[in-house]
Amino acid sequence: MAQGVNIENFSFWYGPTQVVKNISLSAPERQVTALIGPSGCGKTTLLRSINRMHDLTTGTRSEGRITVGEEDIFSAAVDPVDLRRRVGMIFQTPSPFPHLSVYENVAAGLRLHGLARGKEIAERVEACLCKAALWEEVKEHLHRPGALLSGGQQQRLCIARALAVEPEVFLMDEPCASLDPVGTMRIEELIGELKHDYTVLIVTHNMHQASRISDQTAFLLNGEMVEVGITKEIFLAPQDPRTEAYLTWKIG
Amino acid sequence: MKNIQKRKALGALFEVLCVLAAGVAIMVLALILYYVFRRGVAVVNFSFLTSLPTPVGVAGGGIGNALIGSLLMVGLGALIAVPVCIAGAIYLDQNPASKLAAYARFATRVLSGIPSMVVGLFVFSQLVLRTGHYSALAGGVALSIVMAPVITLSAEEMLRLVPSSQREASMALGATKQQTVFRLILPGAAGGLIVGVMLAVALAAGQTAPVLLTALTSRFWLTSLAQPTASLPVLIYHYATSPFADWQAHAWGAALVLVAVILVLNVTAQVLLGLINRRR
Repeated sequence: MAQGVNIENFSFWYGPTQVVKNISLSAPERQVTALIGPSGCGKTTLLRSINRMHDLTTGTRSEGRITVGEEDIFSAAVDPVDLRRRVGMIFQTPSPFPHLSVYENVAAGLRLHGLARGKEIAERVEACLCKAALWEEVKEHLHRPGALLSGGQQQRLCIARALAVEPEVFLMDEPCASLDPVGTMRIEELIGELKHDYTVLIVTHNMHQASRISDQTAFLLNGEMVEVGITKEIFLAPQDPRTEAYLTWKIG
Repeated sequence: MKNIQKRKALGALFEVLCVLAAGVAIMVLALILYYVFRRGVAVVNFSFLTSLPTPVGVAGGGIGNALIGSLLMVGLGALIAVPVCIAGAIYLDQNPASKLAAYARFATRVLSGIPSMVVGLFVFSQLVLRTGHYSALAGGVALSIVMAPVITLSAEEMLRLVPSSQREASMALGATKQQTVFRLILPGAAGGLIVGVMLAVALAAGQTAPVLLTALTSRFWLTSLAQPTASLPVLIYHYATSPFADWQAHAWGAALVLVAVILVLNVTAQVLLGLINRRR
């Protein structure tokens, strides 16, 4: 079940340094929302707030509200471990578990959460690999280490692994940064498929990518949100001069 | 121009010195191995490895009880040290910046520098004097203390080799901290952990003072953990310093067995480490 993500007046600090400043953003369900902006603008920090990855770092602090569906993710009733199952994350560097095979990488989440047993696991693994557009390439060697795949395949393996635990939202942090153009294209096609069933938020440095794959684009600068809107409009007719400057390579 | 030639000459000289120094290190090991092999090979055979020692002048006899005593005490030491030290290393890896971690790291380094004689004395005073007898158990405890810093320090390093990207991926999948440790970090570092344990075992197998002061020695087969127990290093020490030619020959034989065990452990650890590094 896809769920929308709603960010209200959200601020975030690393120690004394405020890196996200009072941002409000709504990522509607079954749409791709792209976060763009120069390095250090806070877009990755914002993304990592949505599955509370910052809980793992000491000395961080946040204010404001983030909801996934109807639920406030900072409420006491929400267990961050369960939240991270519901909000899948794909990282810049493909990170399959190196000691596990392709098959076991996808099964890992199922086993962690006890979501499937016995024969069911094999079915779910196949379904997820198919959905991640990887099945045809790996079905002959499911039991080889996942780390032996190409970078692009590894990234799709990570997507399959995230799909297995039935998330509602996908967070992607520059998922194509380390991939070649073909690998990038496959991931972009896949994102186009995923948005039929999931809400996707993606951080990207590649503005062409943002314009190709996203429905909505938010431009961040120095921790503030400068502008958010329908992707086509942002790219064709930005309202704020800073957005225009960034899109024409004048900032960043 | 002259300056460049001078610098080149100095560089060449330095390289020669380095090669020489490396050569000396290898030579020393090679000489020891050669000597131990030459003097020891004549006495080592199956019955030497499996018989009890005989009194002076009686032909035959071997190191069977000392071999078993050593294996048992080293095994016991590992049994105590491995779980504690790996658990400690997990703590250090998970809470690298905590105060307790800083103290634990410091204590471990100091412990690794404490003379093994002192470790032996400590266990002697705490276990042997209190229970009233030397024992294999006390020997195992002493060896576990000798092994502890080696295992802890190497284990922490091996755990840290599991990259943070994988740890984050695991957490992002909804794994708890504990699941991440047991399903990702420990399996990922398993090879390296085994290497550390093997090196610690090799170190402990050759320790003399800790077992001499805690297990003493024995001329009989081991029947209980609460008895004085023979071990290879102590047997070598007694035999080598005795005035009898046949005992001295047996000391060389026992030394050959001990060195062979340690060498095999070290070489295996090295090969394993190579395999792990290649996979990475």
